[in-house]
Amino acid sequence: MSKRLEVMKTYKLYIGGKFPRSESGYTMPITSPLGEHLAHVAQASRKDARDAVSAARSAQSGWASATAYNRGQVLYRIAEMLEGRAEQFVQEIRQSEGLSARVARAQVDKAIDTWVWYAGWSDKHAQVVGGANPVAGPFFNLSVPEPSGVVVAFAPAAESGQSLLGLVETLAPIIVSGNAVVLLAHPSQPLPAMSFAEVLHSSDVPGGVVNILTGTREGMATWLAEHADVNALDLMGATELDWASLEQAAAQTLKRCLTPVRGVVGLSMNRISAFTEVKTVWHTKALG
Amino acid sequence: MAFLDYSPAPESTSILNIKDRYGLFIDGKFQSSRGKTFATISPSTEKTITKVTEATAADVDKAVKAARVAYDKVWSRMPGAERAKYLFRIARIIQERSRELAVAETLDNGKPIKETRDVDIPLVAAWFFYYAGWADKLEYATGGATPTPHGVVGQVIPWNFPLMMLAWKIAPALAAGNTVVLKPAETTPLTALLFAEICQEAGLPNGVVNIITGAGAIGKALVEHRGIDKVAFTGSTGVGRQIARALAGRSTALTLELGGKGANIVFDDAAMDEAIEGIISGIFFNQGHVCCAGSRLLVQESVHDELVSRLTRRIETLRLGDPLDKNTDIGAINSKAQLNTITELANSGDAEGASRWSANCELPSKGFWFPPTVFTGVSASHRIAQEEIFGPVLSVLTFRTPDEAVEKANNTPYGLSAGVWTEKASRMLAIVDKLQAGVVWANTFNKFDPTSPFGGYQESGYGREGGVPGLLAYLKSTSPVQGVAK
Repeated sequence: MSKRLEVMKTYKLYIGGKFPRSESGYTMPITSPLGEHLAHVAQASRKDARDAVSAARSAQSGWASATAYNRGQVLYRIAEMLEGRAEQFVQEIRQSEGLSARVARAQVDKAIDTWVWYAGWSDKHAQVVGGANPVAGPFFNLSVPEPSGVVVAFAPAAESGQSLLGLVETLAPIIVSGNAVVLLAHPSQPLPAMSFAEVLHSSDVPGGVVNILTGTREGMATWLAEHADVNALDLMGATELDWASLEQAAAQTLKRCLTPVRGVVGLSMNRISAFTEVKTVWHTKALG
Repeated sequence: MAFLDYSPAPESTSILNIKDRYGLFIDGKFQSSRGKTFATISPSTEKTITKVTEATAADVDKAVKAARVAYDKVWSRMPGAERAKYLFRIARIIQERSRELAVAETLDNGKPIKETRDVDIPLVAAWFFYYAGWADKLEYATGGATPTPHGVVGQVIPWNFPLMMLAWKIAPALAAGNTVVLKPAETTPLTALLFAEICQEAGLPNGVVNIITGAGAIGKALVEHRGIDKVAFTGSTGVGRQIARALAGRSTALTLELGGKGANIVFDDAAMDEAIEGIISGIFFNQGHVCCAGSRLLVQESVHDELVSRLTRRIETLRLGDPLDKNTDIGAINSKAQLNTITELANSGDAEGASRWSANCELPSKGFWFPPTVFTGVSASHRIAQEEIFGPVLSVLTFRTPDEAVEKANNTPYGLSAGVWTEKASRMLAIVDKLQAGVVWANTFNKFDPTSPFGGYQESGYGREGGVPGLLAYLKSTSPVQGVAK
């Protein structure tokens, strides 16, 4: 009996809930740390980035106005899908990072648990960072955090053990509060990111809330940092780039920025707060 | 004197004890500098009040160094409860000297005494009282994570609420355990220098608060100084951008309170008299020199004509003149430069086809004045609907549906404040949800409180002042929480 020939996957982009090829027609070969060819991923262009921002913008207000309970359930559903595909991620992490099955599995487990941790924040963050303010006067006064809007995030992979976990630690705190995101996968390890897009696609997260682009990031990065319809940047994973110049470009429209030297590391509610805005409402109190 | 006019009732300036000139307040002492002096004038009379020192780059170095030593040797080692008591002392001295501070502020800034006496200075004391109590309770604000101050904070504040902006900056910074170097605005340094005296009276350790005076260049030198760990700036969006750009790539923490073009939305069911008072407070409070001013009035079309006619009738009763007069509603424009900006933008309103109405009030011959002005027939693309005028100029636009109101209100790169006037609470709350604004006043406007966070969305800046978020802005946020995945 001859050995069965494996069906290889074509990796594409994830924009607006669809998996288009790059408009550029370019792809980029991805190899393992040992130099074996793994796949070709799409080299996203500026036009793809523009489409991703516009898809994110279209999806953002709907996602933000979903109830916190609903967003929490959608995020939890993503963790369920991730768990179901754990083996696939173990394989891709092993290939991408050259890790043992045991270490790769530990990364997947940690990624799932991290996702669940953030999912639970959806209806608690506002209670912890917001609340009633006892102002000196006859007023009802309440502060609530709201999402900043559209966030562009750079997945990290500077250290080992991040090809899935780094992605999860970046994405979860951004979307749990109701932001939409354009995520630039790390150029050296994009395969788990694109498989994560499949997880998102098979869960209930509305199309456009998460958009994932692959390929080298230089070409898109400055353009996205300058983009007037982007509200914030997570540059913590942009260490292979001149991220200080990106932060500088972002100053033109006063984008909120997390950077490698001005970021929030580890599992932290502050990472959610970093991409939210506190809104305070005052209302008069009167009997008649 | 016409019927219903009031006799002059000026507040006496005899309570003031202003020196002929002021040095820089560095390391607990007023120090001389190699820099020049410049006059701070009263914008209502153009008379010199006193002379202050133009700090040099060397003075910035000296002030930052003093703040660093005070941080390392004294303030960071002091128990929170002791820091709290210093802040309580300061709050009390501000209350004791409140009338003097109100008169000084009115003289230097040009705003009416009734505002400095009843709003600015009481809020300054309240701000210190509120944050004083936080100094020994920081771990309750951080959710149990170890509260870590930034270190030395550089603060640059504007001229519209000089002492109040100082309080918003210094009170939370010191409560959190930082030391500060603060630069007041060039045109309004007086109350900051009086505050330096208050620090001395309170026995505040040397170097914990340093106050350096000068123009924009010295503010730039301060915020870009390598010895500064955190920068807090309130001012124009243009300067905010420059600061964000200059600090890119650095670990220096940054919060910015910038410009705004607040929408004040009036529905047809609003309590009209209250709405009119709110519109007036929204745009004419402090001569409209307010970043969160309700400078765009969005009126539901069906009540537009009635509202505008009642509004202009009410504006005619506002009294413009001597800011020290207790009956004055509208004081002087803070500077010649600002008067020129307002005049230029108002002229663009004429040129672009809006119709101008101004109160028929006599403007004093000396000083800088602009009459309360309302533009009707304004469209969303007009400069007076897009750009911050920072003066007593209201732009009136109309809408038909709540959706249109929200769309027009959000049609700006800013996002600081908004107002909603309706008797229907469910509609108010739904509108509030959709507004891109950090502060929304419903059936009121321009209210401030130390417990209430204040700050903007989008190009109005980032970070909050007031409340717990205002305290957290002065603590490092690098505090990972233990979770299952650790």
